[in-house]
Amino acid sequence: MSVKTLVIDGKAVTGRAGETIFNVAWENGVRIPRLCHVGGLSDVGACRLCLVEIEGQRKLAAACLTPVEEGMVVHTSSERLKEHRRLILELLLAERNHVCAVCVMNGACELQDLAAELGVDHVRLRYRFPKLGVDTSHERFGQDQNRCILCTRCVRVCDEVEGAHTKDVFGRGSGSLIINDMGGPWGESDTCTSCGKCVQVCPTGALFSKGKSVAEMRKDRGFLKYIVTAREKREWIR
Amino acid sequence: MTFEELMEQQARELERQRALSRRIYCCTAAGCVSCGAEAVRKAVAAEIKSRELDGTMEVCGTGCMGLCSQGPLVRTSDDGALYGNVEAADAAALVSAAPADDPRLAQRRIDTSTPFFVKQKKIVLANSGVVDPERIADYIAAGGYQALAKAVAEMTPREVIAEVRASGLRGRGGAGYPTALKWELVAKQPGATKYVVCNADEGDPGAFMDRSVLEGDPHRVLEGMAIAGYAVGAQQGYVYVRGEYTLAIQRLQAAIRQAERERLLGSRIFEDTFQFRVDLRIGAGAFVCGEETALIASIEGRRGQPRQRPPYPPESGLWGKPTLINNVETFANIPPILVNGGEWFAGIGSAPSTGTKVFALAGKIVNTGLIEVPMGTSLREIVFDIGGGVPGGGEFKAAQTGGPSGGCIPAEFLDTPVDFESLARIGSIMGSGGLIVMDKTSSMVDVARYFMEFCMEESCGKCIPCRAGTAQMHDILTRILKREATRADLEMLERLCVLLGETSLCGLGQTAPNPVLSTLKYFRREYEELLPAEHSAAGGER
Ligand SMILES: Cc1cc2nc3c(=O)[nH]c(=O)nc-3n(C[C@H](O)[C@H](O)[C@H](O)COP(=O)(O)O)c2cc1C
Ligand code: SF4
Ligand code: SF4
Ligand code: SF4
Ligand code: FES
Ligand code: FES
Repeated sequence: MSVKTLVIDGKAVTGRAGETIFNVAWENGVRIPRLCHVGGLSDVGACRLCLVEIEGQRKLAAACLTPVEEGMVVHTSSERLKEHRRLILELLLAERNHVCAVCVMNGACELQDLAAELGVDHVRLRYRFPKLGVDTSHERFGQDQNRCILCTRCVRVCDEVEGAHTKDVFGRGSGSLIINDMGGPWGESDTCTSCGKCVQVCPTGALFSKGKSVAEMRKDRGFLKYIVTAREKREWIR
Repeated sequence: MTFEELMEQQARELERQRALSRRIYCCTAAGCVSCGAEAVRKAVAAEIKSRELDGTMEVCGTGCMGLCSQGPLVRTSDDGALYGNVEAADAAALVSAAPADDPRLAQRRIDTSTPFFVKQKKIVLANSGVVDPERIADYIAAGGYQALAKAVAEMTPREVIAEVRASGLRGRGGAGYPTALKWELVAKQPGATKYVVCNADEGDPGAFMDRSVLEGDPHRVLEGMAIAGYAVGAQQGYVYVRGEYTLAIQRLQAAIRQAERERLLGSRIFEDTFQFRVDLRIGAGAFVCGEETALIASIEGRRGQPRQRPPYPPESGLWGKPTLINNVETFANIPPILVNGGEWFAGIGSAPSTGTKVFALAGKIVNTGLIEVPMGTSLREIVFDIGGGVPGGGEFKAAQTGGPSGGCIPAEFLDTPVDFESLARIGSIMGSGGLIVMDKTSSMVDVARYFMEFCMEESCGKCIPCRAGTAQMHDILTRILKREATRADLEMLERLCVLLGETSLCGLGQTAPNPVLSTLKYFRREYEELLPAEHSAAGGER
């Protein structure tokens, strides 16, 4: 397999042909921010947090979707990129309801962590606070649309790993919603196997296990890597 | 059919038409239909029948004749006279020995020596208003399918692409990408399965150029697609047309059937091994489905959402196969380029923007309707000479081109030639051809808000900057108009313009700030005046 040599943030690194900038960067300790990417699922390039500068290219590139090339010079954390990322997070925080103090995920939410890491200490935009639904019809899990950032991790894991394709995106624009089957209550879904994978990959408190109160919910992200690696190696016992 | 048979058909139909004493062309395109064109056509048909004139006179419906503001329009073939605001009651006069002498009709006669007519140059619209789009014989009589015959019988695919390259034709879907380059990319891809897609999603508010072409001359687009199929090595074409365009869909369906019956589409075209089928795919009318990767997803039956490019469609398009996507107007230019040669086309317009461009004139302008002008015609000529200026002696303020992805051009740039580069230089874009004129009564902030609302509603929601950013920008613009915004809001608006432009996933989000940016550039005072005094004076917070 051919190997590509490139420079990421001043560091000479190598990656396999076809590997993304995102993966090569992380393998080399350069932690590019991300919300929609999660190892083991297909990438969609939706959150735009992983955008990087590539010398010689006018446009910013999504690291999660751009394969490494020989001789590339990549910058992942210029002032311009940091500014963009902060504003993207502000847009997310203002889009729905992210009052962390009353969220089950408080303390372990990827959105919250990223905001802290990137120094988003206040939101300069108007909060929109749409009044969206909370679905508690499933016996083990709950779904709060107000906390959803539409990263579609749940949709992808349900389709690509569990094979159930229970979840999908309905509507468009800011009004998009993650629905179950044709839009009915989650608890009445014919396809959901109650595997809980969607809950585990959800970066925010939008999907949660029932019975957890404020700041109690913790997610096991290691499981996905485990399943995918096991499939590749054909080892099925944990 | 062979080439000889095509020529025979042409001769036969021309002979038949010459034998008639008059053909009465009624514009039955959307604009005229909305003001009663169908009734006119029926009345004329009834009149011909009751006077037993069948065989000597005939009425035919045509595509848009251009001057939609004076519809219904009717033209008589023997004297070439054009009449506007025609009513069913004029039918008797239209079939009389000398219609032009009828006092009512004389009043409605339109002078075709005015700049509206003489400053135009019709290539794409050459048949629009001239042929009956529902009869393939009319198209063949006008020389139709001879370009395809020439390509298949006399040229190699490489030569076809060379001819298109010589023409300098650039995509009419908005971005102006060189057409020959795209064709070449697809042609060079390995593999036997390739596709040709015609983008007829036309979703800009106020745009109806592509619709007019499809309704007025559908065979021209099919012929252009078939030539493209021959050039790039594709056997299957799709026209992706928005569901609202019911008449265009009907006409395309009928045209495909007729062309297949005449063996001009399907297998063994012109007795060659070349085969090319065309099928329709109907879109649900989402603006974003005009974006090529979303369009592909939609044809494949998935949610119509854009994806990251590269890979570009020529490399990986429909079902992962090399796919050529061009706009309706782009394909419509192909047959005349092959018949007259690339050099002929390159001689029209202003290089590097060659040929003509169709525009839909709307807003505060006398002659609303459809026009086609050589590239490089100045905005002044379009608005004042062809468009007739602002009604009621009003004062021109700005012209908006490019729809929600474009910008507003102020009066100081009226002498700018309308071509891809010049428009980009002054902060707008050619876009697909919408041109809205605004006078002194229009608020430019409101114009910006209007387009932002459109983008917000049409955002697919996939990426955050566009999904949440257009909503925030719309909110700020609305508050500015209500005089509730602060200078900090205005700064945030500008900051969001940069964010969306640089970080959105597809063209919709990337260009959504353009109407705001261009109005800020040329009409910043209008924004400033709407900020409460204490804020704008000191620039500080309360
Ligand atoms: C949001 C969006 C909407 C678009 N809508 C259309 C459309 O309605 N018709 C069209 O031909 N191209 C549209 N385009 C451009 C297409 O993606 C593509 O560039 C074009 O069809 C290529 O054809 P051309 O090379 O002949 O211009 C759109 C692009 C974007 C980003
Ligand atoms: S619990 Fe499993 S099957 Fe059910 S929606 Fe979530 S991922 Fe899909
Ligand atoms: S529910 Fe969670 S995983 Fe699914 S889209 Fe919303 S935030 Fe992402
Ligand atoms: S820019 Fe807008 S329309 Fe395009 S992918 Fe992003 S959200 Fe969808
Ligand atoms: S992680 Fe790359 S766009 Fe979200
Ligand atoms: S619709 Fe009849 S002239 Fe345009």
